[in-house]
Amino acid sequence: MSDSVELYSKAVLDHGRHPRNRRVIADCSHSAQSDNPSCGDDLSVSLRIDQNDVICEAAFDGRSCVLATASASLMTELLVGKTPAQAKMLFQHFHALAGGDTEKFKDGMEAETARMTVLSGIHAYPVRVRCATLAWKTMLAALEKERSQQ
Amino acid sequence: MKAAAEEIERQGAVECVDGGISVSVCHSPDRCGDHAGFYDVEAVRADFPILGQTMHGYPLAYLDSAASAQKPFQVMEAEHAFYARDYANIHRGFYVLSQRATLLYDQARRKVQAFLNARHEHEIVFTRGATDAINLVAASFGEAFLKEGDEVLLTGLEHHSNIVPWQLLREKRGIVLKAAPVNDAGEVPLDEFIRLLGPRTRLAAFTHVSNVLGTVLPIAEMIRAAHEAGAKVLIDASQSVAHAKVDVRALDCDFLAFSGHKLYGPTGIGVLYGKEELLEEMPPYQGGGDMIASVSFERTTYAPLPSKFEAGTPPIAQAVALGAAIDYVTALGLDRVGAHEASLLAYATERLSVIKPLTIVGTAGKKASVLSFVMDGVHPHDIAQMLDSRGVAVRAGHHCAQPLMARLGLPATVRASFGLYNTTAEVDALAEALEEVEGIFLQ
Repeated sequence: MSDSVELYSKAVLDHGRHPRNRRVIADCSHSAQSDNPSCGDDLSVSLRIDQNDVICEAAFDGRSCVLATASASLMTELLVGKTPAQAKMLFQHFHALAGGDTEKFKDGMEAETARMTVLSGIHAYPVRVRCATLAWKTMLAALEKERSQQ
Repeated sequence: MKAAAEEIERQGAVECVDGGISVSVCHSPDRCGDHAGFYDVEAVRADFPILGQTMHGYPLAYLDSAASAQKPFQVMEAEHAFYARDYANIHRGFYVLSQRATLLYDQARRKVQAFLNARHEHEIVFTRGATDAINLVAASFGEAFLKEGDEVLLTGLEHHSNIVPWQLLREKRGIVLKAAPVNDAGEVPLDEFIRLLGPRTRLAAFTHVSNVLGTVLPIAEMIRAAHEAGAKVLIDASQSVAHAKVDVRALDCDFLAFSGHKLYGPTGIGVLYGKEELLEEMPPYQGGGDMIASVSFERTTYAPLPSKFEAGTPPIAQAVALGAAIDYVTALGLDRVGAHEASLLAYATERLSVIKPLTIVGTAGKKASVLSFVMDGVHPHDIAQMLDSRGVAVRAGHHCAQPLMARLGLPATVRASFGLYNTTAEVDALAEALEEVEGIFLQ
């Protein structure tokens, strides 16, 4: 079995084929859209942040490959219950993981970071890093966009 | 014309460089390695060192020649030998090396002339590639002949390189762009094309073969119809010159463009063929050295064809190596290459048709060796990634033809394309890897 097959692990295929939170949150507080010009995929992320500044709902929508879909699905699960600041830290963790960095972070989100490792094989495929990080970048854009508009 | 070709042979330029291309042509079909039997494919493959590799432990099956073809050692050797023995700048030096380099560069042009059956050597302009050649026509022909409201007719099959240059011209000149529609099979129906030709159509610019679907367009009829409507014609032959003989005089096209790297030649070199009388009337594309007769701050007069369109130092070694690539495919015989590829396409179509979730995109009656497909429920990028892990190199994406993808209602396809060196065993590797994809993603 070669690396590609390992990349498409059971966990990745499960998220890819049965994505969680694949919808648009109608009354979202934050949203953004982006696309991957190399493949024509598009992806939207919508978030609802409550009055305590906690993400209480996270969703994604659009058409994308298994890796982008699995990454987005996993992300929406990890974001619920986090503050925007924590969400940005998770973005940093995922970014590091996709870049092949295996450093362990001690920030109270070790469990979340551990769940991300199902996608750690991605760093060996530079072309696909864009697929896996698409949802995360879109999420960050959603958070940043709202701030600049305020 | 034959006499002219022999004359070129006799001139032979510099003795030490013309390495003499020899390729393996199979005269007794039963001794051929591949079932098709048009030539000995294994012997041909031995000319392409890159193909002998393994990828992830599997034999490489390079099925992306429509994006760029691999190079035989004869082409590499021609470029190497040129740099090793004969290189200098051209059209300048009084010394032997510059004269040799000039001779070889001019000889390469004559090889292209013979390859396309152009009337004159100076109707062949070396460019950086097909994209550069089309941009040249858009800029120069556009400036000389196109006014606001004039129409350029394209087709819905075009590569971005035959769309965007015309859009840039539209912004500058206010020309009108039209595109002949594509049917569900991926063909451009001739009557639809003819219907869009009007009194304001000045140019029809279209591809010979679709890079996405492999559709072969009825260009002879399209050229005739465009001429009857008073329009000039540009053919994008990037996807056709490596598969079939293209004769610009028989076709009577006004312009024709192709890239060297898709014809088993180097990158950075391409060709624009243009009819003499048009090229004469067109202004230069770029200004610089080599394209002038004389320069003063008051007035510059331009060099005669083709130098007028070749400003600056051209890709000299690449032109010489393109000549070697033309020798290579000519010696093998484009008829035989076309027949070999057609048999591969038929075999691949048959093998892939039985994979249930797979749909072949593009079912034109006449196709070149391109096979685009999608798989229900599996993204093309995931398919391509899995195929790579089995050594099978294919392209996945929109293939630089987004308007066509929109017409087909697909964000992307997987594309396998075949060249003169591909084998039925490689088609089997593709089919088996696709069956594995089906197992992993759709079980």
